[in-house]
Order: sequence, then structure tokens, then C-alpha cells
Amino acid sequence: MSEKPKNTEKSEQQRLGVFKTYKLYVGGKFPRSESGRVYEVTDSKNNWLANAPLSSRKDARDAVVAARKAFGGWSGATAYNRGQILYRIAEMLEGRRDQFVREVADAEGLSKAKAATVVDAAIDRWVWYAGWTDKIAQVVGGANPVAGPYFNLSSPEPTGVVTVLAPQESSFLGLVSVIAPVIATGNTVIVIASEKSPLPALSLGEVLATSDLPGGVVNILSGRTAEIAAPLAAHQDVNAIDLAGAGTDDGLAKELEIAAADNLKRVLRPQPVDYSAAPGIDRLTAFLETKTVWHPTGSLGASGSAY
Amino acid sequence: MASVFEYAPAPESRSVVDIAPSYGLFIDGEFVEAADGRVFKTVSPSSEEVLSEIAQAGEADVDRAVKAARRAFQKWSALPGSERAKYLFRIARIIQERSRELAVLETLDNGKPIKETRDADLPLVAAHFFYYAGWADKLDHAGFGANPRPLGVAGQVIPWNFPLLMLAWKIAPALATGNTVVLKPAETTPLSALFFADICRQAGLPKGVVNILPGYGDTGAALVEHPDVNKVAFTGSTAVGKAIARQVAGSHKKVTLELGGKGANIVFDDAPIDQAVEGIVQGIFFNQGQVCCAGSRLLVQESIHDELLDSLKRRLSTLRLGDPLDKNTDIGAINSQEQLSRITSLVEQGEAEGAERWSPECELPSAGYWFAPTLFTNVTQAHTVARDEIFGPVLSVLTFRTPDEAVAKANNSAYGLSAGIWTEKGSRILAVANKLRAGVIWSNTFNKFDPTSPFGGYKESGFGREGGRHGLEAYLDV
Repeated sequence: MSEKPKNTEKSEQQRLGVFKTYKLYVGGKFPRSESGRVYEVTDSKNNWLANAPLSSRKDARDAVVAARKAFGGWSGATAYNRGQILYRIAEMLEGRRDQFVREVADAEGLSKAKAATVVDAAIDRWVWYAGWTDKIAQVVGGANPVAGPYFNLSSPEPTGVVTVLAPQESSFLGLVSVIAPVIATGNTVIVIASEKSPLPALSLGEVLATSDLPGGVVNILSGRTAEIAAPLAAHQDVNAIDLAGAGTDDGLAKELEIAAADNLKRVLRPQPVDYSAAPGIDRLTAFLETKTVWHPTGSLGASGSAY
Repeated sequence: MASVFEYAPAPESRSVVDIAPSYGLFIDGEFVEAADGRVFKTVSPSSEEVLSEIAQAGEADVDRAVKAARRAFQKWSALPGSERAKYLFRIARIIQERSRELAVLETLDNGKPIKETRDADLPLVAAHFFYYAGWADKLDHAGFGANPRPLGVAGQVIPWNFPLLMLAWKIAPALATGNTVVLKPAETTPLSALFFADICRQAGLPKGVVNILPGYGDTGAALVEHPDVNKVAFTGSTAVGKAIARQVAGSHKKVTLELGGKGANIVFDDAPIDQAVEGIVQGIFFNQGQVCCAGSRLLVQESIHDELLDSLKRRLSTLRLGDPLDKNTDIGAINSQEQLSRITSLVEQGEAEGAERWSPECELPSAGYWFAPTLFTNVTQAHTVARDEIFGPVLSVLTFRTPDEAVAKANNSAYGLSAGIWTEKGSRILAVANKLRAGVIWSNTFNKFDPTSPFGGYKESGFGREGGRHGLEAYLDV
């Protein structure tokens, strides 16, 4: 721990700064960890920043319950409505831009200018995905020309509750890049924040809570990635897992993938990603199912009727 | 029930197919012995007659076949798509030309009625090759970005319920996208895959592009495990699917799994009863119910339960069970002794748990593996026969009162492959289809397949889609 907490503003010598108690974001509420545990979060120079909740497997299970409860409403909302809400998140973030620039700079050891670039990119990413909610079905679904008197349509649908191990290094842009596509398509999500730099993620919870996003759609946990991920990978009510944040640890990724096989979760394996590059639609489609609905058609032409 | 009209036997001739007394493995364009010389026999499920002796692939053979496929991959993937397309079109045409022969062969080896191999399996097999042939030179336009690349060597393991159709579902998109293939057919139905090898030779397909390795589960496991396999495709049981998902964990192998199901067939009170009855029969008795997407749970609105059951029982009494080569046969043989035992034990469990069992009067042939069409009524959601996949001609009947209850019951399953909806009300079809967690929904029809239409499951029914544009993704580096 450093001698001088960084949060104390030097320019305001006469006034003591107010620290923030960072809390989890689960089911639209801000609980402390059920375990009562915290861990020290430091900046890149090892200065103490805050105590973050050290989530337990009970917190993880609570988050699954919240995510499942939210799934019906969120997946059933119109794509237009989801788009509005994702855009609203961008609006709320824009208003808190300075706060996130400061947090990202501390978390990742970036200059103010570089941190600002990262935060801007993250805000813009919400805008990008906001626009996808009502277009993805047109791009990846479609009508199939069946060889027979049937009409059938393939449409994408959310796979359900998704666990995401957020990227370890990119604590904010990476985080947004893995959450936004999952919820844009109607899934609900449990996110395990970057283990070393969880504060931007926990602050994002505050933004989401004020963005018309229904409680439980996004649930944010901080703590030891491996500890929290294990029960989530094995959880029978989780439908998919994104292993992005296990990327530096091949053993962990493999172990979680094996646990995920138990109820045939959809697994997105860790892969090298440049989060500053254009994201494409891979992360949108990774958590979609395709439903094909058939119906017989009467064959008017066959009866000899003319147009 | 005595029939008013007696049917005279109308058997299809076997002379159209020439089954050799033994077959080798098909590796690098040649039929070869297994490295350790092992063989197994394949029998006709309807008569228990030994049809042929088949080489049984072991680990060394898997390695040999994967190496052949790897060598072939260089040239095959470098071919212009338009050239690959022509090979696939050739294969589609040869299948059409030889469809009578293949239908009889499939009926002999699998036990399913000739009516189904002739009118369902074979036309679909040819159609799949024809459909994917057309994609080979259009991959840039498939929505996966410009110039999507093949993965490499595909290891494919297929089941015994639709031997040649499952082969087509696997091989056609793999070849169209530029991959090469090592395919393991099921141990009880290896023949049509070996005949397909001969079709590849007739089509002049380059050596090593398609390799066929008959064998048991251990052969499949060796193939899935092989370090030089880039893509694993499996259709079969959920238990094996989970084992495969564990096997490929931590690797870079792309995997698609088409697994079990416990399809709900929902009949509302305004459904056209006669059509629904036909759909129910099609849903569970097609292919002796040995269909992963079978409508094995019938959910009937309470108010029409008795009326529907009367019609259904009357209809079942007219089904003809017997010689699969007879053109009038509706229900053929169960594929193997093992499968018959599984069906029998699950049905006995159903009775023991208190569900009410009913079958029409039905004489079973003395040789072969047979199971009479069977209904269970008084079934609750907790019953084994309502939860487990039976993979046989066994239908469990449950009831519901409201659309919400129907949806809740339909979704109350670890599986999510298929479902059916019967109602005259369009808005109800759309509302219910929207809420069902299943990959294929048939409204006012059931068990329809088409190469242009994606097929695959939610939840524990597996992942990935086969068929249509979506089916390409499994074989491309996207």
C-alpha cells in the first residue's frame, strides 16, 4: 500500500476527498459481496486506489438467478427498445466521461489523453451496438426457398444467460466490447471484471443502473476470475460462456471449457483481439441461436388460377 | 381390428443392389484392410441376415486417413470454387441415377421402410449435394466476409438413423467450402457410406478428399482426438456429444454437435384434427421414431384430449408394420438389438412409473428387431417417458389448458431441438413459436427437411446449424 492515497486531490488541501465504496452490480442493485470480503486494488504504480468486493460463488449464483429472471423481459423487448437503451447507456457514459478517463488512466497506467481515447472508443462502441439490435436479424436470418409447398423463416434468437470473463488488460474498452454485443441481441449477462483493474467495471454498473436497462440484464462481479468463473462454467442455468478473460491462462480456459461441456454451453474460446479495431459482428453471432419455423402454404398456382 | 381391405405383399426387388461379401476402409481413394486386420459384420435388422463383413478402423487407420485428407487438402482447397462445385454436382447426379439401388441398400442395412428411403432419404441426399454444390463458387457472397477460408481436415461422426442423409449433411458443406473429410459411419449401418465411396470414384473426386472409416465408438473417439483434425462434426447422442465437447476443450478444433431431443408436438383445440393426427404419426412414427427431432411428447389441449386420442388410436390401427422392403410398409425394424433393448427398458420403466401403455393389435415378425407403435397416456412431466429420449416408436401424451401452460411444458426439457404447433389461428402460431426454445418449429406440419433450411438445437440438443447458408459457417474460418 502506498503512503498517500491517490484519491486525495492535491489542489484542495483544505478539503478531504470522499472515497467511494465500490460495490457489485447484481439484479439492478449494488450489494457488497455476500462473503464480506474485499481485496486491494492498486494503480499501475502500485498506489492503493480502493477496496473492491472479492466475490464468492454465492454471489455468482445470485447473479445467475438475477440474469435468468431478467431474460424473459429483455429478450422479449422489441429490438428497437433495446437499441434505445443501449444508446441511452452511451448518453449516460458521455456525461460521466471525465470520471471514466480518470479511472481508466489509473487502472491501465495511461496518460489522460490516451485514456480519453479509450473511453471515447468505448462510448462509441455502445452506439455501434445500439444500431445493431434491429438489424442483426435481417443480416443473419432469412427466408429459405424450400423445395415444396412450405414457407419457412430462420431467425436469430438470444441463447439465454451468458457468463463473460472480461478481458484482463483492457479494463474498460475491452469490457464494453464483450458486454454490449451479448445484451444487444437479447441475452442477459454475468460479467467477471478484470481481476487487477475492476474499478471501471464497477463504475459502469452505476451508469447501467441509470440507463433504463432493466435490473439483472447486466450483472457485474469483481474478484478472482478463476474462483468466480468455476461455478459459473459449471452452472446448469448458464447457457454460454465467453472465455476472453481467461486468455492469458490456457489451463484455466481448458478447465472451464470442460466444465461448460456438462450442459453443452456455447463456448467462445479466448482469442487475441485488438479492442481498438472495428469489432465486426462475431461477438453478436456467437451468442445467437437460429430458429427455423415452417408452415405449409396453399399452392394457388397449382389449382390453375391466373395472376 | 380386422382390416376391410387386405394388402397383397408388394416387395421391392433386391436385385438392384449388389452387396459384396466384404468391404475395406476407404482411404486415399482406395479400399484397404484395417491395419490390425479387424473386421465386423453388419446385419439386416429386419431379418438378422449378415449382409457383409466390414473392415474396422483402428487408431493407425485413423492416422492414415487423416494424413491422406491432409495431403489432399492442399490441392482441394486451392481449386477454384467453380471446379469444386462441378465435382459436387456430379456426385448429386450420380446419387440421383443410383437412387433406387441406394434406397434398397439403405433399407436392407438400416431396417427402415423402402417408402421412406425412396421418397425421403434419397431425394434429400441428392438435394443436399446439389444445394451445397452451388455454394462452392459463391462463398464470397455468403455473408462471412470476402474470401472465407476452409478449416482443413474435418473429422465427422454420423449416426445410424439416417446413414446416407447424415453423410450428405456432413460431406456436402465440407467439400463445398474446400475442406477434406474423414467420416466414420455407425457400426450398424456402414454400407451406404462405402457405396458413397464408390460414387466418389465414379465422380473422379481427387484421392484423399473423402475417406470413410467404418468402426465403433472408439474409432470415432480416435478421430475426434486426432491432433491434425481441424473440425469435428458429430450427430448422435447427447451423452457422446458431451464427451466430445470435453475432448476438444482447450484445442483449436471447431466443433458442431447435433444431439438428442424430446420434441413437443402441441395440439390446440382449434386444430384440424385429421391433419393433426397425420402430423402426430409423421412426428413420432417416421423412421420408427428413431429421429432426434421426433415429436415424442404430444401436448394436447385438455378439451379435445379424448376426441384426439380416439382418432389417433384409430389411425395407429391402420399402420402396417413388417418387411421394410414392402412398398406398403409404414413401420420397419428397429435398427439393432441394442436399440430395441433400450426402447424396451424405457417403456417398461414408463409402465412401472404408472403411465398407461397402449398399442394397436400388431403382429411382430419372428426374426429381426421389432417394436409395435406405442402410446403412453396419463403421463406427467416427471415421468421418465416424458423426459428421456426413447428414440423409438413411443409417444407420450400430456395435456394442457392454456397456451402459456403449453409453452411452459414444452420448454420444460433439457433438450431444445424441435417442436410442433397445431392450430388454425395464425397469431397463436407466431406467439407460441416465438416462445418455444427449439431450433426447428413445425407449424401445422412435422418432420419436414430441406437443404436450404438450417437445422439444429438449443440447449442440450447441441450447437451449430446444418443446412442452408448457416450450415457453411461450421466449415469456414469465421
